[in-house]
Amino acid sequence: MTDLVPAPIDAKAMGTALPRVDGVEKVTGSAAYAVEHPVPRPLACWLVQSTIARGRVVSVDRSAALAHPGVLSVVDHTDAPRLAETDNGELAILQDDRIGFRGQIVALVLAESSEAAREGARLVRVEQQEEPAEAELREDNATYRPEKVNPSMETDTETGDVDTALAGADVVLEQTYRTPYEHNNPLEPHATTAWWGEEDGRDRLTLYDSSQGVHGVATALAPMLGMEKEQVRVMAPYVGGGFGSKGEAHAHVMAAALAARTTGGRPVRLAVTRQQMFALTGYRTATISKFRLGADRDGRLAAIEHGVLEQTSRLREFAEQTASSTRMMYAAPNRRTSHRLAVLDVAVPSWMRAPGEMPGMYAHEVAMDELAEACGLDPVELRRRNEPDLDPEKGLPFDRRGLLECLDRGAARFGWAGRPREPRSTRDGEWWVGTGAASATYPAMRQPGNVARIESLPDARYAVSIGSVDIGTGARTALTQIAADALSVGPDAIDLHLGDTALPPASVAGGSSGTSSWGSAIVAAAQQFRTEHGHRPAPGLRTEAGAERGDEAERFSFHSFGAVFAEVRVHRDTGELRVPRLLGVYSVGRVVNPMTARSQLVGGLVMGMSAALFEESVRDPRFGHVVTQDLATYHIAAHADVTGVEAEWLDESTTTFTPMGSRGIGEIGIVGTAAAVANAAYHATGIRVRDLPLTADAYVG
Amino acid sequence: MDTTIELTVDGERRAVTVDTRTTLLDALRERLGNTSPKKGCDHGQCGSCTVLLDGRRHLTCLALALSYDGAEITTAAGLARDGLHPVQQAFLDHDGYQCGYCTPGQVCSAVGMLDEASRDAPSHVTEDLDVPTTLEDLTDSEIRERMSGNLCRCGAYPGILAAVRQVAGA
Repeated sequence: MTDLVPAPIDAKAMGTALPRVDGVEKVTGSAAYAVEHPVPRPLACWLVQSTIARGRVVSVDRSAALAHPGVLSVVDHTDAPRLAETDNGELAILQDDRIGFRGQIVALVLAESSEAAREGARLVRVEQQEEPAEAELREDNATYRPEKVNPSMETDTETGDVDTALAGADVVLEQTYRTPYEHNNPLEPHATTAWWGEEDGRDRLTLYDSSQGVHGVATALAPMLGMEKEQVRVMAPYVGGGFGSKGEAHAHVMAAALAARTTGGRPVRLAVTRQQMFALTGYRTATISKFRLGADRDGRLAAIEHGVLEQTSRLREFAEQTASSTRMMYAAPNRRTSHRLAVLDVAVPSWMRAPGEMPGMYAHEVAMDELAEACGLDPVELRRRNEPDLDPEKGLPFDRRGLLECLDRGAARFGWAGRPREPRSTRDGEWWVGTGAASATYPAMRQPGNVARIESLPDARYAVSIGSVDIGTGARTALTQIAADALSVGPDAIDLHLGDTALPPASVAGGSSGTSSWGSAIVAAAQQFRTEHGHRPAPGLRTEAGAERGDEAERFSFHSFGAVFAEVRVHRDTGELRVPRLLGVYSVGRVVNPMTARSQLVGGLVMGMSAALFEESVRDPRFGHVVTQDLATYHIAAHADVTGVEAEWLDESTTTFTPMGSRGIGEIGIVGTAAAVANAAYHATGIRVRDLPLTADAYVG
Repeated sequence: MDTTIELTVDGERRAVTVDTRTTLLDALRERLGNTSPKKGCDHGQCGSCTVLLDGRRHLTCLALALSYDGAEITTAAGLARDGLHPVQQAFLDHDGYQCGYCTPGQVCSAVGMLDEASRDAPSHVTEDLDVPTTLEDLTDSEIRERMSGNLCRCGAYPGILAAVRQVAGA
């Protein structure tokens, strides 16, 4: 195994709209997801959950469940296999009688059929002793200062003197913006097939898991189960979306592993229900963003302050980095950001597409719209006047700061010029019509620890292997194109293998870092393969390599940027909101596959619009659980809601960042989108709504 | 309690023993090993489990299997028995999917919807019920409305629209 700094590669396959290499499997349904793999004599596992927010399990009465035909066993904290490590409070299930949130796993039922398992779970009687709990985020209980915010950023930052600058500013905007709890809701519910066996005299756990990172799941589970990572094999050939919620193993994965430990080797299938997902598989915390902007009469910012209040779970800390993008987005000599959390007896929050940037940029970009109005400026012009020369946070030049180009190109394509300055200026029949704009940004990230393997095959073909996962992003297709260009062959000469810990280590499909991280490793391995074996290798030769980075991160700040434009119509009588047009223009480096990339960016825009108009997990503050726990009450954008959504990008390449020239595209589409919609709704109606989602009731009257 | 019923699935007649509680979806997935229809919500809210049942699109999660003794079911896998169905090819052409999980249901729904439209079945957005619907006349809003029972969290709706439009010839 070698690590090298890969040289940039020429684009031949990259940049072409190669149809997804796994498309036929998906349109016919033959692609097998986590509980669809044939395994011998599978048992069904069903979860029994707590119904109190805090307390303890007094007793678990299994008798009725065990008497039900088909039920084989019930496992609870008194007899579940013991874990070797319990530091991860989310994964360390069934180890004691403590209940940390409503919906926590308190028992497992194993049965010959899913029908029997489900009924068995219903028949388990759990006596619980309730203790006082706190489950509501308020401004006055978000007082805990975490050591770091996700993934390892500073909790607070301060530059200059914000208070003095605000006191001397011509224009001061002070407002509070709120985003609700949101759930990722990939269409494939989280699911795991698990079985235990032996290999070389050692225990062996095998999982098919719906995961964004198979190596990460093995790394998390193995030490808890008292094993080496190599003793846990995790496979995820197909994953039905994740959006962050499958980025790390959640409790059900451990439940499947523990349940399978008790079956004498019979495989266990555990499919989390849509309802259970609202308690067990992660979510985005609600956020409260307190903004203060101070500017001169021309709109030039002197001070930016962004104080974030949000929540975490007492069981396991997750601090969303909601103010992170505020630190680098616009120029201002005086800046302050902070994060404070309420520590609650609730389910464990986690990653949801663009954690941090999505809620933070919503707040920042609505605040900028308000500032533009206060200064009498066009919102696009305001952003132009606050363009920084250097990354305000790092003090480094941006390798590429494409924001203004995105704004200008988007404005031209959208028809921004001639927009009436005054809100509530345009009516079309029964509809108020408005337009709004917002900026988007997302950091470019490359993860360490990626290794790719190249093997020569007969007939000038190559097997390319890396243990990454395609959760629907198109990674399987894009990596095929990258491998082809790295080896100077056509994409049809590449057999790409991923989604298995038997393949070399790879980082999670998250942080928009997948293509950058895995692709760089593939390029490194391909170049090392050519060095070792030349261009006409005999079949069967292998090379493994990883990609080192040069010193570019010390010289440049790497970010992607975008501009989002929305047209919103608000019904004058009912307040109904429609978004007939939504355009995103992006600076994301080289686009490896324009077809799959368009779907990624459009998908992000759709999810951002969905967050703007619909999405809200309503928590019962008495118990801390989500009452809107299905797709009939947690609304996501349906087909009829999505009209005129378009994405395009600047023609560019950033080979200082990756040998492919790409920077990552998975998340930026959701950033800024809700703000553009909110700003357009204000422009349509003159009614400023600062809390998501933008529901009709706020616009009536 | 178990009962044995017969289903014709993708052209093959199959006897299957089901629990009285078994849904048609679980009968297909867990008892007949046909996992082309997907379980996204199990509550009739997402459309991932859509198949063609006796020729019409149908949610299999809200259907108890024993009520469908003798039914003929075509899944997305069955649509491709003699090569990809034009709808499936159109989904590939327009990248009308990402993760693929809602896709078999979308495909079945599109096939069923095009058949409904060709038989003049109106939708919520049909302006004039007296004017016959032709596939060539299907507007984008008609297609969107008629496909709105199938959720796609990846947000591939624009690609799905383009795919259906291609097959409709609109």
